[in-house]
Amino acid sequence: MVANQKMMGLNGDEASAYATKQVDPDVVAAYPITPQTIIVEKYSEYVADGLVGSEFVAVESEHSALSACVGASAAGARAFTATAANGLALMWEILYIAAGLRQPIVMAVANRSLGGPINIHNDHSDAMGARDSGWIQLFCENSQEVYDMSVEAWRIAEHPDVQMPVMVNFDGFTISHTMENVYTLEDADVKKFVGKRVYMKTEGPKGEVEFRLDPDNPISIGPLDLQDFYFEHKVQQMEAMKYTLKTIKAVDKEFEKITGRKLEYVYPYKMEDAEVAVVGLGSAMGTVREVVDELRAEGVKAGMIKMRLFRPFPEEDLKNAIGKVPVLGVMEKAYSIGGPGAPLFEEVKTALYDSPKRPLVADYINGLGGKDTSPEMIRGVFKSLQKIKERGAVLEPVSYVGVRE
Amino acid sequence: MSEITLKEMSRKPDALICGARLCAGCDETIVVRQVMKATRGPTIVTSATGCLEVSTSIFPYTSWEVPWIHCAFENVAAVASGIEATIKAMQKKKEGPLAKYPNVDVISFAGDGGTYDIGFQALSGAIERGHDFTYVLLDNEAYMNTGIQRSGGTPFGASTTTSPAGKIILGKRETKKPIDDIIIAHGTPYVATINSAWPLDVMKKARKAIEVDGPTFLHSLAPCSRGWRFPPEKTVEIGRLATQTCVFPLFECKQEKGRPVYELSAPSLAIAKRPETKKPIEAYLEQQGRFRHFFRPTRNEAHLKELQESIDIRWQILCEKAGV
Amino acid sequence: MSERKRGWKTLPKGAVPYKSSKDYQTGDWGVAKPIIDRTRCTKCTLCHFFCPEGAITVREDGYTEVNYDYCKGCGVCANECPVKCIKMELKK
Repeated sequence: MVANQKMMGLNGDEASAYATKQVDPDVVAAYPITPQTIIVEKYSEYVADGLVGSEFVAVESEHSALSACVGASAAGARAFTATAANGLALMWEILYIAAGLRQPIVMAVANRSLGGPINIHNDHSDAMGARDSGWIQLFCENSQEVYDMSVEAWRIAEHPDVQMPVMVNFDGFTISHTMENVYTLEDADVKKFVGKRVYMKTEGPKGEVEFRLDPDNPISIGPLDLQDFYFEHKVQQMEAMKYTLKTIKAVDKEFEKITGRKLEYVYPYKMEDAEVAVVGLGSAMGTVREVVDELRAEGVKAGMIKMRLFRPFPEEDLKNAIGKVPVLGVMEKAYSIGGPGAPLFEEVKTALYDSPKRPLVADYINGLGGKDTSPEMIRGVFKSLQKIKERGAVLEPVSYVGVRE
Repeated sequence: MSEITLKEMSRKPDALICGARLCAGCDETIVVRQVMKATRGPTIVTSATGCLEVSTSIFPYTSWEVPWIHCAFENVAAVASGIEATIKAMQKKKEGPLAKYPNVDVISFAGDGGTYDIGFQALSGAIERGHDFTYVLLDNEAYMNTGIQRSGGTPFGASTTTSPAGKIILGKRETKKPIDDIIIAHGTPYVATINSAWPLDVMKKARKAIEVDGPTFLHSLAPCSRGWRFPPEKTVEIGRLATQTCVFPLFECKQEKGRPVYELSAPSLAIAKRPETKKPIEAYLEQQGRFRHFFRPTRNEAHLKELQESIDIRWQILCEKAGV
Repeated sequence: MSERKRGWKTLPKGAVPYKSSKDYQTGDWGVAKPIIDRTRCTKCTLCHFFCPEGAITVREDGYTEVNYDYCKGCGVCANECPVKCIKMELKK
C-alpha cells in the first residue's frame, strides 16, 4: 500500500536534513563544509525548535565528527553525520575504523572536489577515495533520491546481516543546492519503516551479547589485532559486504512498496538494442538520459545506465544492464592520477573482463571541480563512442571532456 | 555507594583485571586501578591508542570488565563526546538501552601523546562543548608505546629517542607544555593532579571528578621504568619524589563564579607550609637514566640550574594562586 | 595454549575480544616473587593499591595475598611496604 506523501520544494541538503529529522537519530555530530552546510544549519534549527530529540554535537572538526559518531553508535545510538571533500578526507582514518568496528552510521556526502587547489564544486573524487574503506556507497541523481536514500540508509546499515556504515552521496551544488519537487513521507511512516535500532549479536568473554557498550554486559570494542587475527577480521568484513548485495535488495523491495518508487542497483535506459551507451553515477546521468532521447530521435541507437549502488559493486546487475551493447563509455567525475584509468572505468572493465562477450570500454573523465558537463559534451562522448564502434578498437582508453588545452 | 576509604575500596573488584601485557611495574595500571575504584555506577571507558590501550586489548583477550572502546589515537575526547551525547539523548527521549540508568559515567584515558599533541584538538573541543565526562591524562612524558619519542609533555632536558642527549644537543630543548594551565584556562569545572603514590588522594579526586557535572580533568604523572630508565620496583617511589621536589605538585582547581580557585593537596600543602622540606630536583633527576647527562660525565650545572629555577618559579606561582 | 585459533567464519563479529585476560597468566614473567611476612604486616592494604596487576588481593581477615599466576615480579609492593614486610625472593 503506497503511503501518503506530500510534495515539498527541497534542495538536496534540505532533503537530507528533513529525512534525518523524521528518523530522529539520537546523535548528530557534524562539522560544516560547503556544500553540506545547509544540512547542519537546518538540523540545528530543528534542534533549537525542539522538533527532534537528537543531541547535536557541534564538533570542532570532521575527524571528531565521525569519531563522535563511532562513540555514539557503539553506545547504542543512531548516529548521523554529513560532510564533503576535504572533510571526508580528514575523516579518512575513521572511515576505516567505523567500518571495521561495524558501526551502522549514516553519512550524507555532498560530493565536492578534493583540494588542492581548493575548489568547492562538484566531483566524485571525495567518495572515490573512500571506496576501499568498507562503507556502503549509494549515489543519488536528484533531491528525491536523496530523501529516499536518507530514510532507507538506516535500515540498510542496521540490517542484522549487514551492520555497516552507509554513505549517501549526492552532487555538491548541483543537487545539494538545487530545489526540486520531493515527495516526502509522513513522520509516522518513516518511524514505522526505520523502527528501533537492532543490535548485532556477538560474543564477549562471558558469552553471547549485543554488540554495544552495555554496562550490564561489558565488552571491549576496538582491540589490538596482531598478525594472527587482522586478516581474518578483514575477510569477515569483505564477506559481509558481499552478502549485502542480497540484503540491500530486500530492504529496497520493502521501501518500494511504501514510496511507490522503484529501487534498483542500476537503471538501464534504452539499453535493449543500444549500439553505443554511457554508464555513470550522479546527477549528470539525468542529462545523459535527455541526450539519449535526443539521439534516439535522430536515429542513433543510444542507451545509458545510471548506477545507484557503487559499494558493494553490483557486478551482476551491471552486466545484465550492459547486455549486448558493443561499445560502452564510462563518464565519471573522478580520477586516479597515474592509474590505468579513473576509478569507475577500472571497476567496470574489471567486472567485464571475464565475460566471454564484452563491449569495448572507454573512459571519459568530465566535470572535475564542478566544470559543467553540457548536453553538447555528452553528444561529443557518444560521437567518440560511435567512432570506436566503426574502428572496432579503443585507441584512447582515457580521455578528458570539456578541458581547454 | 561506598565511601572512599582504603578499607572500602580494597574490597571493590577491579575494573581493569590481571593478565594485561604492560611492562612489569608500569605506573599506568596502578593509576587506572586506583581511579576505577572511585566509579559510582555504570561506567563506560574510552581509551586513546597508547601503552594502556594496546596492552589491555590484545585480541582475543581483554583486561577490561567495564564497557570499553578504543577508536584511534587523537580522538578519545571526541569518542567520549559521542557516548555522552548518546546517554543524554536516550535519557531525554526515555528510550534506548542506556535510558534506564539514573546516570552513566564516561571516563577517558589517554597518554601525553593523545592529550598534549595529537589529541589536543579533540580535548579542547570536548571541554568547550561542556560534555559531562572525566578525562584522565596518564603522563609518562614521551610517546612511550612507539619507543620513547619526545612529546609536548616531555620535560626540559630529558633524553628521548627524538630528543636524544647527543654531543651537541643535550636532550629536549623545549619546556613541558603547561597542560594544567591550559585546561584550567578553558574554564574546566574541575582539574586536579594525581599521583599513584597517594592512592586515597587519587580515589577521592577521581570520585569528585566523576561527580562534578561537565568536563573534568585529572592529570596523573605516570613514571615509566623503561622510558625514564629506572628499575621497575621504584615506580611509585619516583612518582613520590616528583611531588616532593615540586616537579609535580598535587592540587585541585575548581571554578567558582567564573574564577579558578586553587587548593593544594596535603602532600604539597605540607611543603608549602614548611619550605625547608622541599627536596632539590636532583633527588628526583639522579634516579632516572633519561637525565643521566645532567650528571655524567660531569655535572651540567647550566641544565640543573635552568630546570631547578623553572620548577621553583612554577611552584611559586602555584602557591600564590592557592593563596599559600 | 594449543587450541587452534578461530577463523573468519567463527570469530565474533565486530572484532570483539572473546577471552578475558584472566586466561592469560603473566606469572611466569618475573625472576622474583614477593613473600609477605604476615607477622609484621599491619593490614594497611597499600600493596593492594600499588600492585600494577591487581595481583594482590585483600582477604576476609584483612591480610593481603599474592596471586602468583599473574604477579610479574616488579617489586613495587616490596619497595613500598611501610613496614618492609614484603621480600622479593628469586624464583628457583
